[in-house]
Amino acid sequence: MSAIVSIKGLNKTYASGFVALKSVDLEIKRGEILALLGPNGAGKTTLINIVCGIVKPTSGTVIADGHDIQRDYRRAREAIGLVPQELSTDAFETVAATVRFSRGLFGKKRDDAHVEKVLKALTLWDKRDNKIMTLSGGMKRRVLIAKALSHEPTILFLDEPTAGVDVELRHDMWKMVRGLRESGVTVILTTHYIEEAQEMADRIGVINKGELLLVEEKAALMKKLGKRKLIVELAEPIAEAPANGTLSNDKKTLTLTFDAGTTVGPMLGELNRAGVQIADVRTEETSLEDIFVGLVHGKEAA
Amino acid sequence: MNVYAIKAIYRFEMARTFRTLTQSIASPVLSTSLYFIVFGSAIGGRMGAIDGVSYGAFIVPGLVMLSLLSESISNASFGIYLPKWSGTIYELHSAPVGPAEVILGYVGAAASKSLMLGALILVTARVFVPYQVEHPVWMVLFLVLTSTTFSMFGFIIGLWADSFQKLQTIPLMVVTPLTFLGGAFYSIKMLPPFWQKVTLVNPVVYLISGMRWAFTGTGDVDVVVSAGATFGFLIICGAVITYIFKTGWRLKT
Ligand SMILES: Nc1ncnc2c1ncn2[C@@H]1O[C@H](COP(=O)(O)OP(=O)(O)O)[C@@H](O)[C@H]1O
Ligand SMILES: [Mg+2]
Repeated sequence: MSAIVSIKGLNKTYASGFVALKSVDLEIKRGEILALLGPNGAGKTTLINIVCGIVKPTSGTVIADGHDIQRDYRRAREAIGLVPQELSTDAFETVAATVRFSRGLFGKKRDDAHVEKVLKALTLWDKRDNKIMTLSGGMKRRVLIAKALSHEPTILFLDEPTAGVDVELRHDMWKMVRGLRESGVTVILTTHYIEEAQEMADRIGVINKGELLLVEEKAALMKKLGKRKLIVELAEPIAEAPANGTLSNDKKTLTLTFDAGTTVGPMLGELNRAGVQIADVRTEETSLEDIFVGLVHGKEAA
Repeated sequence: MNVYAIKAIYRFEMARTFRTLTQSIASPVLSTSLYFIVFGSAIGGRMGAIDGVSYGAFIVPGLVMLSLLSESISNASFGIYLPKWSGTIYELHSAPVGPAEVILGYVGAAASKSLMLGALILVTARVFVPYQVEHPVWMVLFLVLTSTTFSMFGFIIGLWADSFQKLQTIPLMVVTPLTFLGGAFYSIKMLPPFWQKVTLVNPVVYLISGMRWAFTGTGDVDVVVSAGATFGFLIICGAVITYIFKTGWRLKT
C-alpha cells in the first residue's frame, strides 16, 4: 500500500449547481510532497476540503491513511492536518491556547513539550502568550500551521500557504515542509504559482476547471513537456524566421524552440548555412508556466 | 468518543466566559436585582400572598428560570455562531469529532455557565427576600434540566442563524414573551379559565411551575408533568442537533 491518500471518481456539484470537481482520481504517495497547481477557481480548495471533511462530496470515495473519510471519518481525520486558505483565527485567544485547543480537538492528550517544539519551529515561541488579534497576517499564518501540526498528523494539507506571505516566512515554510517530509509526513500543497510547485514538489498535479489534467513526477513532467529555447542575437536583421522559430519585432532576436535532449550544434550550423550573422546565443528552459499554459489550452481545444 | 475534544471545546468555551466575566455576571445580576426591587419590594408589598407565600418569594423561581432560559440560549447560540461567523468552524469540521463531542463540549459549557449564574441569582435574591426551598433536589434537577435543554435549543439557534440579527431575534421575540406569559410573575390560576387552557401550550409554563413547586410545594401543573415536558423538549433538541450533524444542514456545503 504505497498510496496514503486514494481518491476515486470524486465529483462535487455545489448547491448552486456549479460543478467544481469532475471525476477526479488521484493517488498520493506516502511521504511525498505533492503540489496541486491550477488557476483560481480550479477546484483545489474544494478537493482539499473534501478530503479534510469540510465539504461533502457529491460522489466518489476518498481513503486517507487506510480509512474511508466518510465511513471511518474519525480515524481518517486523526491523520490529517489542514492549513486553510483563509486566515480564520480566534482573535481573543492566545497563541499557545489555540494550539493546545487544536491538539485536544484532534483527540490527543495534552503535551506541552510538543506544542513548544511546534511553536519554536515556527518562531512563535516568543508570541505564545500574545492574543492572536495582535499578530500580523504572516504570524497568523504561522499560527494556523502550528494548529495543523499540533496533533502530529501524517498527512498535511497546505492550501495556498504562501498567499500574501513575506519572503522570510516563505523560506521558513519551505524549510519546515522539507523537514516534515524527512520525518515521514506527506505534504499536499496547492498553489497557483508555478515556481512554488517547481521549487517544492516531488510531483505536480495540474488542475483546471474541476478536472485533474495530469499528475507527474516534476522531473518527468519537465522532461516530457519541457521544451528548450535557443535565443539568437542577430548581427544583421533578417526578414523571415525559419519554421521552428519566431522573430522579435525589431527583427534582431530569433527564438528557436526545440525538444529537451536535442543538441543545438546542428541548428546553429543550419543558420550559418542560411547566411544568418550571429552576434550571440544563449539557451533557456521553458518554465512550468509555459507547460501549464500549453496544457490548459491543449485540453480546451480538444 | 473523543474525550480530549470534549475537554478542549469545554475549556475553550469556559475561557471565553471568564474573559468576559464582569459582563457575563453583572448584567443578569443587575436585571434580577431590578426585578426584585420593582416587583418584590415596591409592588410586592401591596400584593397579597399567593398560595401562602409572599409575592416576593413567589417570583423567585420564575426569575431564576427567566435568567436561566435567556442565558442558556444566548451562551450556546453565541458559542457556536461565533466560529461560523469568524470561519474558525473549519477546524471543527475537519476534526475527528461527531455530534456527541460537539454537543457535550458546547452545550456542556453553556449549561455550566447558566448554572453558575442561576446559583448567583439565587444568592442575589436571598438579599431581597427570605425564600424557602421545599424540595432542594428537585430544584437542582430543574436547574440542570433547564440549563441543558435551553443550551441545546440555543445551540440549534446558533446553527440556524446566519446573521447576528437572527441570533438575537428568537430570544427576544419568542423566549421573552413565553417566559413573561409563562407565569413568572403570576400564577396561571389567576387567568380566566379559557386562558388557563391556552397557556398550557407554552412550554415555559411547565418549567416555571416545576421550579415553583420545588421552592414552595405548590405548582400550576403536576411536578412529574413538568419534569416530563422539560425532558421531552431535551430529547427533541438532541434529535434535531443529531439530524443537523447527519445532514450537514447549515454547516457544510
Ligand atoms: N460554496 C460554494 N457554492 C458554490 N460554488 C462554490 C462554492 N465554493 C466554491 N465554489 C466555486 O467552485 C469553484 C472552485 O472553487 P475552489 O475550490 O475554491 O477553487 P480554487 O481553490 O482552485 O481557487 C469556484 O468557481 C468557486 O466559485
Ligand atoms: Mg483555493
